[in-house]
Amino acid sequence: MSRKDPSGGLLVSPIRNGTVIDHITAGEALNVLRILGITGSTRECLSIATNVESKRLGKKDIVKIENRELCKEEVDRIALIAPQAKINIIRDYQVVEKKGVKIPKVLKGVVRCPNPGCITNTSEPVESTFEVLEKGLHCLYCDWLIKDDIANYII
Amino acid sequence: MYHIISIRDFERSDLDYLLDRAREFDTGGYRPRMLEDKLAALLFFEPSTRTRMSFATAMARLGGRWISVDSVEASSIVKGETLADTIRVLSGYADAIVLRHPKEGAARLASEFATVPVINAGDGAGQHPSQTLLDLYTIRQSMPIDGISVGLLGDLRYGRTAHSLALALSLYGVTLHTIAPGGLEMPANITLELRERGTEVIEHADVEEVIRDLDVLYVTRIQRERFPDSASYYNVASSYRITPDLLTGVKEHMMILHPLPRAGEIDPAVDRTPHARYFEQARNGVPVRMALLHEVMK
Repeated sequence: MSRKDPSGGLLVSPIRNGTVIDHITAGEALNVLRILGITGSTRECLSIATNVESKRLGKKDIVKIENRELCKEEVDRIALIAPQAKINIIRDYQVVEKKGVKIPKVLKGVVRCPNPGCITNTSEPVESTFEVLEKGLHCLYCDWLIKDDIANYII
Repeated sequence: MYHIISIRDFERSDLDYLLDRAREFDTGGYRPRMLEDKLAALLFFEPSTRTRMSFATAMARLGGRWISVDSVEASSIVKGETLADTIRVLSGYADAIVLRHPKEGAARLASEFATVPVINAGDGAGQHPSQTLLDLYTIRQSMPIDGISVGLLGDLRYGRTAHSLALALSLYGVTLHTIAPGGLEMPANITLELRERGTEVIEHADVEEVIRDLDVLYVTRIQRERFPDSASYYNVASSYRITPDLLTGVKEHMMILHPLPRAGEIDPAVDRTPHARYFEQARNGVPVRMALLHEVMK
């Protein structure tokens, strides 16, 4: 495992297999972990860097997860809070896939409707469904509009 | 399959078509047995008099029949059955399902599980499209809807009929005047949506300052349970009461509508004025629902 001199750059180890999520909006790394269901009791090997310098973003967060490749639904969730994020899939220390995140037009089962009266907040066999609009997320069942604090509602 | 779920699903031409059809039914342009052999399931999980009975009347007038569930207590919901399962089962019995439910989005969900058309008869604080159509129908009986000034008075926060009507009116280039007690104003996202649709929305603190400019005054019920105590309710309710004195100087053709039931918002003395059109509006529920039932089952 190689390490760079701390004075010369980042002190984050490369990973052998897994995912590197780069260019996360500064301060959102812990929300990204929450979205991925990674808690304090996780067995996955994690590296988290927050508020590191970035030419593009000024400051950014980075998350590296060993032995886990993100699926599409997970990437969709990350896009909501870190639209600039880049996902790098690593196999045997090599980047085998590099993809940006893209907020889909419709989010199914990703965001919980804040409206307690919405049918999706009951025991009905239905997933929450939001269409992504410029002004926010629009619940296709009860018409509720989420404008702020989207991270709080991500399932 | 044709479901009637939300006024948002309709374009202007759809509304005009349904209003034209309702007019045909209203003026006798139908065969009494148009829906013979058809069965509607009226599934009402919340109390309703006018909506349920006018759907039943509409079915009967068209020669159709109906089955009904009138309360949660009388249904399998108390045994823990989901709405989705109830809808799947009823789809096997009836040719259409008319649903009223306390949860917002219930009709949308029902339409996903039904194999027959679903008509939303009110879902919580959400949508009530057949009420909106009969409101529009009543206005159109007296005047073209385009470009008129409509006042929405009362509980505009929780009043689903006001939201649906405002969205529908935005397709007709009307000017909307909203008059609501503090805390019961039109939700900001609905006002925003109306403005995005190009509708001018003007907020007023007092009905008196605007009533003489209106072509239509749409009054909604101010519910007592929205207030912390009876005193504050009566205080607000009395300041939003429509009385004959208030109608001095209004336009001759100005009509007062109310989805009913009313709870003191309109002085009964107003009933005798030519402006009172709310009972006619309630009667219009039948031809409008005849048009809707026929449209989904024809």
